[in-house]
Amino acid sequence: MNPEFKELYQDIILDHNRSPRNYGKLEGATHVLDGRNPLCGDHYTIYLKVENGIIIDAHFEGSGCAISKASASVMTTSVKGKRIEEADQLFKVFHEIVTGEADIEETFDSVGKLAAFGGVADFPVRVKCASLAWHTMHNALHGETNSTTTEE
Amino acid sequence: MVHSATTHLDVEAIRTDFPILHQKVNDHPLVYLDNAATTQKPQAVIDAISAYYQNDNANVHRAIHKLGERATIGYESARKKVAQFIGAASEREIIFTRGTTEAINLVAASWGRKFISAGDEIILSEMEHHSNIIPWQLLAQEKGATLKYIPFTEEGTLDFTQFELLLGKRTKLVAITHMSNVFGTINPIKRIISMAHDRSIPVLLDGAQSAPHLPIDVQHLDCDFYAFSGHKMAAPTGIGVLYAKRARLENMNPYQGGGEMINSVWHDRATWNEIPHKFEAGTPNIAGAIGLGAAIDYLQSVGMENIALYEQELTTYALDKMMALPGMKVYGHAPERGGAISFNLGNVHPHDMAQFLDQQGIAVRAGHHCAQLIMQKLDIAATTRASFYLYNTFDEIDYFVEQLKKAQSFFDF
Ligand SMILES: Cc1ncc(COP(=O)(O)O)c(C=O)c1O
Repeated sequence: MNPEFKELYQDIILDHNRSPRNYGKLEGATHVLDGRNPLCGDHYTIYLKVENGIIIDAHFEGSGCAISKASASVMTTSVKGKRIEEADQLFKVFHEIVTGEADIEETFDSVGKLAAFGGVADFPVRVKCASLAWHTMHNALHGETNSTTTEE
Repeated sequence: MVHSATTHLDVEAIRTDFPILHQKVNDHPLVYLDNAATTQKPQAVIDAISAYYQNDNANVHRAIHKLGERATIGYESARKKVAQFIGAASEREIIFTRGTTEAINLVAASWGRKFISAGDEIILSEMEHHSNIIPWQLLAQEKGATLKYIPFTEEGTLDFTQFELLLGKRTKLVAITHMSNVFGTINPIKRIISMAHDRSIPVLLDGAQSAPHLPIDVQHLDCDFYAFSGHKMAAPTGIGVLYAKRARLENMNPYQGGGEMINSVWHDRATWNEIPHKFEAGTPNIAGAIGLGAAIDYLQSVGMENIALYEQELTTYALDKMMALPGMKVYGHAPERGGAISFNLGNVHPHDMAQFLDQQGIAVRAGHHCAQLIMQKLDIAATTRASFYLYNTFDEIDYFVEQLKKAQSFFDF
């Protein structure tokens, strides 16, 4: 199997796809938003519970490809316990990772699991899959009420 | 299971005619199974296009010089070949378009705008490609007309009981696909047309998936309009055909305005050129038409009957092997079907499946296949689709099915 493909489907991604974390509705969520990629039909709902500027819980629900599902799962684990500004920063870093703009070696310690998505940069058509849950989370935090689509 | 050699055509010889097939993709020999989206081109078609540009290029019609004459002859003889290929009564019933999509839009604009009014009904089916839905939606919205949809059954066939009920006094057109690009279903067109014609309702056929794979005789089918695309039948992109019965064409408004479609022009009005030129404004895709003519020559040298029989064998073989895989769900089990197979395997998402197969050199398509009404009804987001053409082999299908198994264990569901 060629190295780019292995990069794309790293074990972390396959694992989060098989057993997604924080999957399912979140009771008492303060922010709920749908995210869709109309072209592929990926569709997730992101649930966030924010108190005093801190995301104390994050869940997701829905369906899509392995990349989009693993990304949603990793997103929920990454933002849990973070301040909104920190989540914004992670969102930015994640975007740089999947578009190949981040120097993953250098920032590895701070980005941790997000680095697993570095392989997406070699597959431009999959960037939208990887970004969907992150965009939706970001829009939910910043007061968007219309569902997020990757076609904006 | 080892498949014995077919008698219908010499696939090894055919493969040598298609240069693109002889390459590696991701270190594996290319296995091209995305033929319902577009097909590969034989050397004869590539040569016809380059010979045209090397020797004959000029604008068609009205040119009083040698090259113009040759270009015009090339373009018009392609029209004759098309007419003969689909059994039209005259080449004047053949209009060159960009493809199926433009052909259907032409009918919606030129025939629909003139003959459809508020309260009228147009019958489509739920298995249509978006290109046989959206032009009618635009027309219906403009005119205050209504669209009615024939539902499909569990097997992916049209529900004739419902169709019968939908046909009414206000029905002005039935527009239906000859062969579904998702289910592979070959619809019983004769029956549909006789039901519609009994009530004097014209029928448009979307032939995008039938013209490349089946012998077509529009006079025998008795359809009023038939649309298809060159690129799905070994010809270049950007060229397609609208066939319409002469009497219909004579009665239709022009599609676009411009050069070539007029006779005389004054400040405030013009008279229209005769058919088919009335519907071909501007400089047409001359090289494309010549390429389409070459593709028709090529397909006819193999024989459309042979192609249909061979693809039938390939499809049956592939379906048997695929259905034997645990967790395999194939969408579309019509008794009469062509070589487009949509499926889902276990929980592997179609996009992951397509990415995995690409890794192994196999090109398939994943998505909604421009048929969101089907996806909505089946309540799925997408399928993976493998689709065949005359150059695919039984060995390729064996390899494809092996890789399906590997994909399933890779994603581990
Ligand atoms: C059944 C059907 N109709 C129409 C089309 C549209 O063809 P084109 O994009 O060549 O206009 C396609 C091809 O995608 C098709 O499969």
